[in-house]
Amino acid sequence: MPITPAVDLDGLLLLLPHELMGLAIIVGMLAIAIGRNHFVSTVIATSGMLAAGIAGAMQFYELTLGAAPSMVTALFVLDALSALFIALLAFSAMGVAIMSFAYFHKLADARDEFQLLLSLATLGAITLVSSAHFITVVIGLEMLSMALYGMIAYPIHSGAWAAKSLESAIKYLVLSAVASATMLFGMALIYAATGSLGFLDISVSTGSLFYLGLLMLFVGAAFKLSLVPFHLWTPDVYQGGPLPAVAFLATLGKVAVAVFAIRLFSQPQIGQLPVVTSVIALVAVASILVGNLLALRQTNLKRLLAYSSIAHMGYLLVAMLSISAATAISEVEDSAFALESALFYLLVYSLLSLGAFGCALLVSSSEDEAAGVGDYRGLFWRSPWLASVLLVMVLGLAGIPLTAGFIAKFQVFFAAVGDSQWGLLAAMVLGSAIGLFYYLRIVYQMLMPVLDTDESFALREIGIENLGVLAVLAVLTVAVLWVGVYPEPLFALIAFAASNF
Amino acid sequence: MILLWILLILFFGGLLAWLSEWFDSRLPRWIALFSVAATLIPLVLLYQGYDADSESKWIVEFSRSWIPSLGIKFTLAVDGLSLLLVGLTSFLGLISIGAAWEEMRERVGFFYFNLLWTLAGVVGVFTAIDLFLFFFFWEVMLIPMYFIIAIWGHENKRYAATKFFLFTQFTGMLLLVSLLCLVYFFKIQYGYLSFAYEDLLRTEVDGALEIGLMLGFFIAFATKLPSVPFHSWLPDAHSQAPTAGSVLLAGVLLKTGAYGLIRFTLPFFPEASAQFTPVALALAVISILYCAKVALAQSDIKRLIAYTSVSHMGFVLLGIYAWNLIGLQGAVMTMLAHGLSAAALFSLAGGLQGRLHTRDMRLMGGFWALAPRMAVVALFFSVAALGMPGLGNFVGEFLSLLGVFSVSIWAAALAALGMIVASVYSLWVMQAVFQGAQNSEADHSSLPDLDNRELFIYALMMIGLVVMGLFPNAFLDLSSGVLERLSSASDAFAAVGESR
Repeated sequence: MPITPAVDLDGLLLLLPHELMGLAIIVGMLAIAIGRNHFVSTVIATSGMLAAGIAGAMQFYELTLGAAPSMVTALFVLDALSALFIALLAFSAMGVAIMSFAYFHKLADARDEFQLLLSLATLGAITLVSSAHFITVVIGLEMLSMALYGMIAYPIHSGAWAAKSLESAIKYLVLSAVASATMLFGMALIYAATGSLGFLDISVSTGSLFYLGLLMLFVGAAFKLSLVPFHLWTPDVYQGGPLPAVAFLATLGKVAVAVFAIRLFSQPQIGQLPVVTSVIALVAVASILVGNLLALRQTNLKRLLAYSSIAHMGYLLVAMLSISAATAISEVEDSAFALESALFYLLVYSLLSLGAFGCALLVSSSEDEAAGVGDYRGLFWRSPWLASVLLVMVLGLAGIPLTAGFIAKFQVFFAAVGDSQWGLLAAMVLGSAIGLFYYLRIVYQMLMPVLDTDESFALREIGIENLGVLAVLAVLTVAVLWVGVYPEPLFALIAFAASNF
Repeated sequence: MILLWILLILFFGGLLAWLSEWFDSRLPRWIALFSVAATLIPLVLLYQGYDADSESKWIVEFSRSWIPSLGIKFTLAVDGLSLLLVGLTSFLGLISIGAAWEEMRERVGFFYFNLLWTLAGVVGVFTAIDLFLFFFFWEVMLIPMYFIIAIWGHENKRYAATKFFLFTQFTGMLLLVSLLCLVYFFKIQYGYLSFAYEDLLRTEVDGALEIGLMLGFFIAFATKLPSVPFHSWLPDAHSQAPTAGSVLLAGVLLKTGAYGLIRFTLPFFPEASAQFTPVALALAVISILYCAKVALAQSDIKRLIAYTSVSHMGFVLLGIYAWNLIGLQGAVMTMLAHGLSAAALFSLAGGLQGRLHTRDMRLMGGFWALAPRMAVVALFFSVAALGMPGLGNFVGEFLSLLGVFSVSIWAAALAALGMIVASVYSLWVMQAVFQGAQNSEADHSSLPDLDNRELFIYALMMIGLVVMGLFPNAFLDLSSGVLERLSSASDAFAAVGESR
């Protein structure tokens, strides 16, 4: 990979998405200082995200035309992988920003800063996916996490809800800080062993120091991805946090860390270590089984999605393991396919969860979240369109055809079959079957007749502030169905991103 | 292209039926009726295009590029076998719409939407010859069926719907993994990815792996068939589903399992299947005898018919694993005849439940005096189900037994016992429901007899069964070409069979 060390004008141009995001944050801050207006801050934040997303997409387009991937100093790498995910993250963040506008619309408190925190977290996420150096990783990760603490604790002055969100914010703060510290220590150990903080050309080292460092790094990442046994915070934080913050945490927060993990893991020197692969295999199986089993008995939708996300991250690990298994027997084609399947899964997962949270958000408001699965009873008859969207998302998470979720699962299965990962496959088959139970429970609740006796089932008026959310959901649904029926264009994009980094 | 039309008619017919509810709640059923009737036109055209001496394997084939990077094509094709089954699907589609005509009063539009989409999925399963597309339809047809059971089902619908979905989904995933392995082997052997039926037929897998992959396919299809020990979802699904759902389930959905065995499992894995034959025959015999016995112990009339369904589908499994032309012909004939007779019996049971609001046979009795038309119709279909010569079921079961006789005398002899038990339970139902004294505790004063609409529907099915029984060659000729090619192509199978 050609290295351009100095930050010249070209370098600045390459970092355009980051700069645009930073600009939006500064402008947003100034705007709040001049006068509070929830709508204006939302517009500033979303236009920043839109601009960053477009800039990322443009970079991706240029790379497909033959531009070489480049480094900006030793800290950032701008290749097809980072460009693709910068665009994806920025656009998803835009969706979350639109959702949070609707969600906090009636909050009797200062509402503008949430958009500011959201922009900050987004900047952290796109920094993380374009990092080539441990320093950048730390900066990106901390920017992401710090902003998330604030986002989770945001409705702190709003009555009964405040205690819950504060509780989950503190839980997340303490555990996340420990995870970050573990990760930092791991980086230090790796540095001590290899003498380098840039991880794209990490030199082979076999000392125990190096292994320990990798292990600690993995533990930190596993915490952020909520993999078993580092998953304990997930259901509580999901349950207590306000919906937009949780949607962000569940999608962008995880995707950004996962992209970093995939980038690190596809370094052959690391992905080939038997220590690493066996630990990851164990964690993958545990995550799939534990996540699905614990989700079975949940009656709270957010907790249910939390456990199911644990299982989904387990599936992602299966795809990652297939990369290394294929590389080990030097099946270049298979390893590329496994990498593509991992990226595809990640992308589809974030679309689906964003959609599911979006639906939950439309049924809720900042004062009263529709948290129980029972709150969705009869949704299909009360509000058929909204229910259809939720149906698509839930069936997608369950991996049923016609949705992108099926194609994603199909690819992971295929990658695992190609690399003879029989144990992992068995876990996936079993996990998906268990998963059907609780996804079907949501579906079934929606199909139940509405109870006339219960007042609380009266459908909330979908006010004008929700129009944006409806648009976001429409886009997501079309995307999920489109990819589910005709995935070829997305395959091409992903294949390019997988080959160009 | 003509095949695509069938799918599109059902697909858009379903959407239209749903939307039309906005204007008038009587509109959906008419739209559904016309859509399904419209699918008969392409079928007749296809039937006329059938040429028994033709060299080409398919009557028509439709192929478009779909996901080239994975070697997946959108390929539909029919031969005599699939044409028969698609015809059965359309016919029973009409019957089930007829059965739902008055019964369905709530959320009508969505109901017909699901009905038509189930039919579309089933037609897709019968016509797809790209294995990815096949699997796609295989899974897609479950969702509308799940909705039909979960929304319009009876008292225990949640349990039944979930069980139905889980059984088929879980085994579907085994099918997926086996399929992917097969594709992967193809890629290793030929250097490119393909899900095409013809390509995968050439794949050679051997040893324990072949048995493993074969089992993945077998379990998925045997669950749908269903065969003991994968049958336990069926009585629940049937007893809870609305009448139209039962008709589709028994008449059409079960046949997809048998179709999968004939079209895919045995041709893909001839050697493993040959080794597996004794087990499959044993499962078939157990299904026939055990489920017939269990049927005798039921008091719920729909559960009873459901168990007899499993028993009759045992003859299909028997005929398939005989893997000679006669046995396969018998299996196909049984599929068609059972499709009609089971659909009719479920309609009758649904009709009784609709009138009496119970399925408990202990509360019934002496209905011959109250509803003579219904009683006669019930007698006809009971007699058909027990295998009376002159009706379709007899031809099918007889051929199955004949076919399996040359493979295993024991299996044939034991399975033949099932026909005796079948007479026992069929006549017992007639006695319990239509003869004897009326139950004094229950009030049956409001038991209207069949009206003309219902009579017409049953008459259609009766004619079908009589035609099958008297002119079986019309059906046998259509499928003989395919079945002969399939059963002779697997030389290895024959070789192993002879050495036994």
